[in-house]
Amino acid sequence: MKFAVVVFPGSNSDHDAFYAASEVIGEDAALVWHKDTDLQGADVVILPGGFAHGDYLRTGAIARFSPIMSAVKAFADRGGPVLGICNGFQVLLEAGLLPGAMVRNDRIKFVSRLVPVRVEQTDTPFTAACASTQVLHMPVAHGEGNYYADPDTLAEIEAHRQVVFRYSNAAGEVSPASNPNGSLNSIAGICNRQRNVVGLMPHPERATEAQLGSADGRVILASAVKSLASLAGR
Amino acid sequence: MKARVYVTLKPSVFDPQGRVVADALVTLGYQEVQDVRQGKFFEVELAATDAVTAKARVTEMADKLLANPVIESYRVEVLP
Repeated sequence: MKFAVVVFPGSNSDHDAFYAASEVIGEDAALVWHKDTDLQGADVVILPGGFAHGDYLRTGAIARFSPIMSAVKAFADRGGPVLGICNGFQVLLEAGLLPGAMVRNDRIKFVSRLVPVRVEQTDTPFTAACASTQVLHMPVAHGEGNYYADPDTLAEIEAHRQVVFRYSNAAGEVSPASNPNGSLNSIAGICNRQRNVVGLMPHPERATEAQLGSADGRVILASAVKSLASLAGR
Repeated sequence: MKARVYVTLKPSVFDPQGRVVADALVTLGYQEVQDVRQGKFFEVELAATDAVTAKARVTEMADKLLANPVIESYRVEVLP
């Protein structure tokens, strides 16, 4: 099984994602330059964190024009699993692969710390190995992670169980106090209607070994392996 | 021909930057400041002669790239 990690100019979590997929999970992984047009036969695509194209105009706004994004979109349309982490999530929103948008954190601050996140849905390729309502500790590091969608879109996302992760406390309780950035409904991650495209602000790839403060993020990538294996076995 | 595009957050979207700027202005002694909404301003140089077509084209540009219609609204002006 092969992971492709897209490298935009300004990506900074690309090597963390590559390391997590190849060294920690032990699968094949490739770094794919944003000007490339094919995904090298990958089974899973990761859009990593960072500041693609300097976040010029808006976060993720320019990255959606990178040549590789046509291949990513085609891959997603075929049902291929795509994970957008932090800036990668912002790129998926700007590219229209996920609904909604990001605005500045409500308290202006760039938030960089380990946060608990509750898994809301386990029927996505990136949460298939999680327990229902499992709490994962993963770092966030962003200035614009305040998820916004208009009321109709938000209602639709909730109705179709597209909220995959919510900010919570360590006990899994969701409240304004456990929301680091003002995201509507404490949303930390969502999926598309088909459930194969997932975006989240926390960084699972930076929480894959105990030395990093948490190994909870490992299950996100392990989920992709599990879900592809079960597809292949079907 | 030149066009101007003003992009602002929709009224329903909280603007924390504008809020901080408003607080700073009040701290500076401008007690009359009640709120600030921060936005973006673009000047687009065009090789065009027809103002109506130019406005339609720039509006399209604003919709596709300069603004994110999920959170932002925009206004386009074409200068003579």
